[in-house]
Amino acid sequence: MTPDIEVRNLHLRYRDSVAIHDLTFTLDGGKIYGLLGRNGAGKTSLLSVLAGFRLASGGAVRVGGEDPFDNPRVAPQTCFVRETLDFVESVRVRDTLAFARRFRPYWDAGYAAKLVERFELPVGRRVTALSRGMRSALGVTLGLASRAPLTIFDEAYLGMDAPSRYAFYEELLADYLAYPRTVILSTHLIEEVAALFEEVVIIDRGRLVVHAEADDLRSRGAAVTGPAEAVDRFTAGLTVLGEQWLGTTKSATVTGPLDEPWRREARAAGLELGPVALQDLFVHLTKDREGPR
Amino acid sequence: MFDDRSPIYQQIADKIKEDILQGVLKPDQQVMSTNQYAAFYRINPATVAKGFQQLVQEGLLYKKRGVGMFVSPDGWEKLRGLRRERFFAEVFDPMVAEAVAIGIPLGDILKRIEKLKGGNRR
Repeated sequence: MTPDIEVRNLHLRYRDSVAIHDLTFTLDGGKIYGLLGRNGAGKTSLLSVLAGFRLASGGAVRVGGEDPFDNPRVAPQTCFVRETLDFVESVRVRDTLAFARRFRPYWDAGYAAKLVERFELPVGRRVTALSRGMRSALGVTLGLASRAPLTIFDEAYLGMDAPSRYAFYEELLADYLAYPRTVILSTHLIEEVAALFEEVVIIDRGRLVVHAEADDLRSRGAAVTGPAEAVDRFTAGLTVLGEQWLGTTKSATVTGPLDEPWRREARAAGLELGPVALQDLFVHLTKDREGPR
Repeated sequence: MFDDRSPIYQQIADKIKEDILQGVLKPDQQVMSTNQYAAFYRINPATVAKGFQQLVQEGLLYKKRGVGMFVSPDGWEKLRGLRRERFFAEVFDPMVAEAVAIGIPLGDILKRIEKLKGGNRR
């Protein structure tokens, strides 16, 4: 019931640009994934292919073993809450919910009603008259209450204030615990939501930067600070994401397998090892837009 | 509660260790389930499970099939033993080094310890 996702050598070209170059990864079913990337990294393009909204230009995508594009067996299993949202503007909120009830096989009307109350959605109002935050809350409500085995939220929180966003995260986790499914969340607000991710996929300019367990990623980075010579000695062979100097003191942000012996020796050599937050790691991994990687 | 700067499963394990050491969690007391813990702290349940697993491996928690996780009867003693081993190297020696560096006479430290001892007796 929770489909695996397989992406093999995926390419996606638009008329005059390439959105995705040769992307390959596999997502096991039943986990919560964070899809991170800067604007224009190809997140929405990738998700559109996974959700069967777009046809790949090359390579293959399988959701639960099937090609999702225009596939009547996969489509009911998938709910894609797009940043743009796909509402009929002229109808009322309650009709939008009734529509979902008809077409979403796993729809839970009771849960939807609870979410409507929690997000204080005005059911009698027309969609076109909703504020941006309310539109997003409606999108989130549809995404959660659909209980689709593959549920994708693409920057679904736009315009929602902090309390509403936290209500969303709380509901998502609680409902996932009760009804496990495959969830993909694309976001910029990494710090707010990172504890929810089991695994993280970072893409940049249409290419995979990293796919790892979120906790694994958290342990991979370190800010090494101390005398420049010692910093260089201990960071040789590691991926240096950024460097700063203050007089003879140097600080290097590195990633790599940083094991305990390495940490102990570095500390013994008088180096200070600081943690690198997931958000900072993300910024470092995706900041160098021009240079080679 | 938990931050994003080190593995969260590690932070969970550390917090439960602290609770055992402080007696908040008593020997043979049941700990929250993975799902309760995940929902309460808004953490992915797989991450919570990993933290619990580590504590089982360290012999601080044990599993009763179909019931849940419990604090090992000797969990508190184990942790206290570990902390005692580390106390001088990690707490006391750095404190003395700091005192020397900023010119606090060691006699003052001894006096302070005597005073605290007196205070605790009352």
